[in-house]
Amino acid sequence: MGEVTRKDGPAAYPMTTTLAKGITSGMRAAMERDPKVILMGEDIGKLGGVFRVTEGLQKDFGEDRVIDTPLAESGIMGTAVGLALRGYRPVVEIQFDGFVYPAFDHIVSSIAKMRARSLGHVELPIVVRIPFGGGIGAVEHHSESNEAYFAHTAGLRVVACSNPHDAHWMIQQAIECRDPVIFYEPKRRYWDKGEITAEPGRGLFEAATLRHGTDVTVLAYGPMVRTCLQAAQAAAEEGRSLEVIDLRSLSPLDTDAIVESVRRTGRCVVVHEASTFLGLGAEIAALIQQECFYSLQAPVARVGGYNVPYPPSRIEEEFLPDLDRVLDAVDRLMAY
Amino acid sequence: MFDVTMPNPTPGRRLGDGGPDMIQVLTPEGERVDTAPPEYLEIVDSLTDDELRGFYRDLVMIRRFDAEATALQRQGELGLWASLLGQEAAQVGSGRALRRQDYAFPTYREHGVAWCRGVDPVNLMGMFRGVNHGGWDPNEKNFHLYTIIIGAQTLHATGYAMGVQRDGAVGTGDPERDTAVIAYFGDGATSQGDVSESLVFAGVNNSPVVFFCQNNQWAISEPNEKQTRAPLYHRARGFGFPGLRVDGNDVLAVYAATRLALDAARSGQGPSFIEAFTYRMGAHTTSDDPTKYRMSAEVEVWKLRDPIERLKAWLAHQGKADGAYFAQIAREADELGADVRARCLALPDPAGTDMFAHVYGEAHPVMAREEAEFTAYQASFEGAH
Repeated sequence: MGEVTRKDGPAAYPMTTTLAKGITSGMRAAMERDPKVILMGEDIGKLGGVFRVTEGLQKDFGEDRVIDTPLAESGIMGTAVGLALRGYRPVVEIQFDGFVYPAFDHIVSSIAKMRARSLGHVELPIVVRIPFGGGIGAVEHHSESNEAYFAHTAGLRVVACSNPHDAHWMIQQAIECRDPVIFYEPKRRYWDKGEITAEPGRGLFEAATLRHGTDVTVLAYGPMVRTCLQAAQAAAEEGRSLEVIDLRSLSPLDTDAIVESVRRTGRCVVVHEASTFLGLGAEIAALIQQECFYSLQAPVARVGGYNVPYPPSRIEEEFLPDLDRVLDAVDRLMAY
Repeated sequence: MFDVTMPNPTPGRRLGDGGPDMIQVLTPEGERVDTAPPEYLEIVDSLTDDELRGFYRDLVMIRRFDAEATALQRQGELGLWASLLGQEAAQVGSGRALRRQDYAFPTYREHGVAWCRGVDPVNLMGMFRGVNHGGWDPNEKNFHLYTIIIGAQTLHATGYAMGVQRDGAVGTGDPERDTAVIAYFGDGATSQGDVSESLVFAGVNNSPVVFFCQNNQWAISEPNEKQTRAPLYHRARGFGFPGLRVDGNDVLAVYAATRLALDAARSGQGPSFIEAFTYRMGAHTTSDDPTKYRMSAEVEVWKLRDPIERLKAWLAHQGKADGAYFAQIAREADELGADVRARCLALPDPAGTDMFAHVYGEAHPVMAREEAEFTAYQASFEGAH
């Protein structure tokens, strides 16, 4: 198995593994702790999911806890609601970002609202795992970043991991959360390796400052975190000091971390693969102009996907933010 | 080539009597017939006189409650009401077949099922009065919140039944433990993908769920023919489990059919589909005007198939109830009407801050900030305390 968490003892921290395997071992640990945790999704059993994130789990936990569902996302999400009503903690795998829409109704109308409409009598601790983002040369509907739909919906929490350590611990924190969590996994970083240490280090809804700087605050999440760290490295060689914050939680936002940083730097770039119009960057820009007005040296810049349907893969590199586009935005802010 | 043996869709089917496959025990005239399968008759024959009179009481009480709610809407006390008029037998027959540990997933019209589960009827009025979106604890009576999204609850029911299986609460032989789930939906809902998906999931998982379709012939203004070419109960076969049509206005036939389906589910035989052939005597809701889309002659035909009158006639003819009993039930029903009216009017409005109270189970900064802002804003008005 090569897995990190064993039934006969504690996980062998620290360990170096991929982001995908960090999630696998995180789910394994959650399933060992709580027999009510079950996994649902298409092809997650023998195949281990199309990204192999559930590999080996059905063999160890059985078909009742790692459920190969019929090929119907609304059905998966609707039955997950029922299982949660019965006291289970379903972790649903959506195969690709663009396939979540048939389940949208259950997520927005049932899962997000159930607690409020029952006046707190019913909680649905469901985790929806969505591999998201592009850059892997995929066909249509396999490269989208649709987090804003869910971040806009009250009753949901939305998080995105960016590295193996966070992936491992955030999935466990999401499963333990009493509220429903949409859990975004950066599919092009699934094979990135990194060290996982023995403690999560922070709460699920806290941002992480990954690089300290003084000139510009760069906010990112998911696949763009690595891009922004690379941009910060390149900027440093030109004598510019970028502070890089991994937001980790998209709803709620860690506003304290954002505001504290931007008040210091006076400049901010928000980077995401999602189209910018009404994306997370728009909300963050509004937050910053409200909370950091007297500290700002320049308007908040957004670097994101263009406002078009995700393009064919031969031109996706021109659609996606990259190191150069981040630096270009930094240049504009510094020249302001 | 295709073997074309399917019947052509029959215009005006809703005027029909349900066809030869429809299971019936009491005719609209209140005569007992023995055409139903023997296991049905065995269940009906085992009912005590108290139970039979109990059915009558349920039907009358819930119709009276429903009438009071409609009146409250007309008087501006409810924003909307979805009347169950005409569907009392389908709901009471199925609702009384449930055991304590079974679980029901209703639409927004299952007032009769709620009554059978012991849910306080005033709770049903809250969402229509606008004081909440349901608000009762579903686990108290194993009766889920009303679901307005058409068909969504059939998947919730199926998932719940999958949980029942994982709990080992099927096929143990313990009558207190084995559990079935019932999903209520209408003829219009059968066009929703969710209903078909629930039939898929329940079928492949052999889940203990009974799909109880009240075919009341109308989905707001659209008749059955706009929803289906084939009889609805035929659909189950394509998903690999049994389906049948029962006279939805015959409380005894509905009770027997649901008992058998629930027993099968609890014992591990998997799902089944019941089409209760009935009629929505009133409007879809109080916002609707059925005179714009259906003929009064059709309504007149269905008045003759009234679920209460046939049971009353049979009980009287059999000497199981008399005029004094019927009068007593009528008095009880009026008392219920007065009671729910008074308590509906006394339902407290929620506080403005209540909208923030139950959205999340764990602390949430947006809820905290917005509630504080809201409270400060409200307090800023002159004269505010």
